[in-house]
Amino acid sequence: MSEDKKDQLITINVDGKDYEVPPGMNLIQAVEKYAQKEIPHYCYHEKLSVAGNCRMCLVEMGTPMRDRATGEPILDDNGVQKIGWMPKPAIACNSNTSPGLHIKTDSPLVKDCRNGIMEFLLVNHPLDCPICDQAGECRLQEFATEYGRGYSRFIEDKNVKPKRTRLGPRVTLDDERCILCSRCIRFSQEIAKDDVLGFVDRGSYSTLSCYPGKELANNYSLNTVDICPVGALTDTDFRFKMRVWFLKQAKSICTESSVGVNTVVWAREGKIYRITPRQNDGVNDTWMSDSGRRLYNLVESEMRLLAAKFKKDVVTTEKAIEKAVDILKGAKFGIVGNTQSSVEEMAGIQSLAKSHGAPVMFVGHIQEGDDLLISKDATPNTRGALLTGLTKALPYRQRDVVGRNLKKGEMKTLVVFNEDLIEAGVDKSLLEQVDIIYVGSQQNATSEMAKVVIPSQVVFEKAGSFVNQNFRLQKFEACIPAPQGVKSDAAIITSLRAGLGDEDASSSLAKIWESLSSDVKEFEDLSYSRIPDEGVQLDGSRFDQLNYIETGSLHYEAQPELAETA
Amino acid sequence: MAVAEKRILLKYADEPGYTPDIECYKKHGGYQMLEKTLKMKPEDISAEIMTSGVRGRGGAGFPMGMKMKFLDRKSGKPIYLVCNADESEPGTFKDRQIMYKDPHQLIEGMMITAYAINAKLAFIYIRGEMQEGARILENAIKEAREGGYLGDKILDSDYSCDMVVHRGAGAYICGEETGLLESLEGKRPNPRIKPPFFPAVLGLYQCPTLVNNVETLCNVKHIVEMGGEEYAKIGRPNNTGTRIWSVSGHVNKPGYFEFECGALTYGELIYDVCGGIPNGRKLKAVIPGGSSAKVLRADERFKGKLKDGTEFDWSIEDIPLDFDGPMAAGSMSGSGAVIVMDDTTDMVEAMANINAFYAHESCGQCTPCREGALWLKKVTTRMVNGGAREEDADLLKSIADQIEGRTICAFGEAAAWPVQSFVAKFKDEFIEKARAQANGAGKNGKMGAFTLA
Repeated sequence: MSEDKKDQLITINVDGKDYEVPPGMNLIQAVEKYAQKEIPHYCYHEKLSVAGNCRMCLVEMGTPMRDRATGEPILDDNGVQKIGWMPKPAIACNSNTSPGLHIKTDSPLVKDCRNGIMEFLLVNHPLDCPICDQAGECRLQEFATEYGRGYSRFIEDKNVKPKRTRLGPRVTLDDERCILCSRCIRFSQEIAKDDVLGFVDRGSYSTLSCYPGKELANNYSLNTVDICPVGALTDTDFRFKMRVWFLKQAKSICTESSVGVNTVVWAREGKIYRITPRQNDGVNDTWMSDSGRRLYNLVESEMRLLAAKFKKDVVTTEKAIEKAVDILKGAKFGIVGNTQSSVEEMAGIQSLAKSHGAPVMFVGHIQEGDDLLISKDATPNTRGALLTGLTKALPYRQRDVVGRNLKKGEMKTLVVFNEDLIEAGVDKSLLEQVDIIYVGSQQNATSEMAKVVIPSQVVFEKAGSFVNQNFRLQKFEACIPAPQGVKSDAAIITSLRAGLGDEDASSSLAKIWESLSSDVKEFEDLSYSRIPDEGVQLDGSRFDQLNYIETGSLHYEAQPELAETA
Repeated sequence: MAVAEKRILLKYADEPGYTPDIECYKKHGGYQMLEKTLKMKPEDISAEIMTSGVRGRGGAGFPMGMKMKFLDRKSGKPIYLVCNADESEPGTFKDRQIMYKDPHQLIEGMMITAYAINAKLAFIYIRGEMQEGARILENAIKEAREGGYLGDKILDSDYSCDMVVHRGAGAYICGEETGLLESLEGKRPNPRIKPPFFPAVLGLYQCPTLVNNVETLCNVKHIVEMGGEEYAKIGRPNNTGTRIWSVSGHVNKPGYFEFECGALTYGELIYDVCGGIPNGRKLKAVIPGGSSAKVLRADERFKGKLKDGTEFDWSIEDIPLDFDGPMAAGSMSGSGAVIVMDDTTDMVEAMANINAFYAHESCGQCTPCREGALWLKKVTTRMVNGGAREEDADLLKSIADQIEGRTICAFGEAAAWPVQSFVAKFKDEFIEKARAQANGAGKNGKMGAFTLA
């Protein structure tokens, strides 16, 4: 919704009360937003086309009466324009607000409609809630409680349909639970642009199916699971693993690319069970990629670094930091930053670099974009590195900065944040000439070479913020506790700085933001707690001359004049 | 004394020696009206059709002239003409008489209509089961194209329009005009939501489209021939022209008959034209316009006021055979299919038969029809198989009430009306069914009609 303009508002009447609403707004949304009333629905989804097939949103509708011949309003005895009520109930999802529109959402007829639809939806629905993954977040359960009759008049045999159809590598279908709302079909056609789903057979025997020879394998297939209002489409990975009401939710940001997809991370007792998209109409709407949902594997990956090391020997993290400080004190050092780091971590690195004259270098990470929710920049915070002043150039536009710096031979030590320099193509012999202090969550060829290894937290274990491709500042929460002894990058940086004698070192988000808001023009007046869930749009015009690699996605347009050379 | 048929559309169809080829058609004056039409202004033809008052013969009885008027001509998009030849309403067998025996009449009617609305392409969507009909029409179109009656520069005029026969795949729902259009586009025939997808505005390929029944389009030829005003004199006001009635069920001479609208009553049709009920049995009920029309009971009285103000007090036999008569009696003339049931009919079994049809034909798009139609079938199937309960009558009505008026297309009504009317008018039989079964009859699931016969 764009900003409501007061003078353009119109009046509609919901259950006898007038409300000021924008014209032409979808009725279900308008009633929910302005009248605070829910019109129950299954097939309607605000980001998909209207199908109008579930009939759950039937309401009574009327419009002000006008004389057909003259166009003059027809008034009642009190001089009020009469309302011409439609003879049949109409679906709200297929209607938009118009001046004087009257609707009834709680009349006996409307209640009877909902009651009837609920009964119909349940007659052939297996009542297997106790073993259904959707239980607890099932629209059928919710509306059955609110609008159902509470008992069944159906004594016939229920229809039998396939119970576990593999639609694709990640999605399993229970056809008996399907209420044929067609959301998944519309999603595949309209958003994923991968038209593989359809109904076969007819009537109550209609069955969701993939076209022959096709499968639901696109990288957005799991969104069909999210939007399925019942437990028909299930995530093969999550299926039967956990009851949803045991899971704690935390708001996070997907680190898959610079799009910065908003997510919810669902965890229990320190274990993440699933990641789902969080609606943000300026970023990802209600979608996210399948690959992004699997990033929680980082937490328990085989390559996870859990112990600090000094010269290959396991030591405590404190000891490792002590050793690192000793090395750094001795000689000139350089820092290899990472655009996976949060704004706050970057601020810490920037302070460290500034007070000790250390150059900060980056390695670029690019990938295939999909023009939807995965951009070509494979890291979430390139813009953050620009804003914090950690770099002036785009990492992926530079060639072997680390190697070139090492060749100068001035640096004796390299502090590397979660970056594999060997994989990035830096000459191994050059790296062997310096001491490496590796701070990161994942083991790699570089960490193997490091003199000091300090394990750090993954994104799900810490809080912070990223700036996405649109210069939208978005924050993420800690979702699960970190393994024992594993500290956040911010804490590690703070310890290093304190060890090196920096007096202002602090890992408190509030403290870091105090200096960020005074040092960085774009962050003026901001603090961590003031970043809303949907993020803050920053002014990125200071960096307009840069040749960004992103080609465009759901809510991002590539810079027209530079896109050609990208 | 039986009222004589007035055969306009079927004038030649059953004449001995009349063949469906173009030579025979031309010998009988065929394509002269098309020739005449092409010299007229399109809007004049539309005006004639409007004046004639001809109403749609497919089921809803909507005035054709109005449909043409609703066509969105400002959009700049092409306008299509589609002939709905998906004749599938149980009891109906009139359109096929024309298509099989006199296909060129349909083609001429369509070409005149196409010219009137400036369509460049016309479709005949024919029911999948009518393979022979499709073949006949294909052949007729070929002949007409060769004869210059369709295709490029028709009869050396500036007007061009081609015609395509499209076969359905055997689904009743394809007779619903928006479902038909979806099917014609190559998709599953899920009826579209109206608004916004009215065919006159967003029809075939989202272009303005005129969809009319076979019989309706054939009438156009005769309207042009006799002039709208003259045509309107046939029949009665608001019920102009002739209609072809398909009579089936318990009559001695079932068949199709073309009559001037309102020239006779249902009683005359059943007793005089069709020779009455076999074996001296008595009339029990009539479905006046195809299986989706509400059933009328033989001993019912229908009272009320007609639109023109005249009061009526009819028995079933007094209802005029036209559009408004059955409507006034609380049912409809629908597709003109008259299904006659005598006193041997087990109404629960008849209901089970109808319900089985609608459960099988529901497209499954929207909830009330999809689930309701099958539930209705399951209930009546159980009833005739020995599991009837006294409360089933109320349950059936309640299910039907939950369907009616809440679906995307009129199929919901088509499935609900028979149930509502059967239960309302023969509730005692539904209850008796349960009681008889409780007393030991029909438990083996094989009895039913046989016990009554």
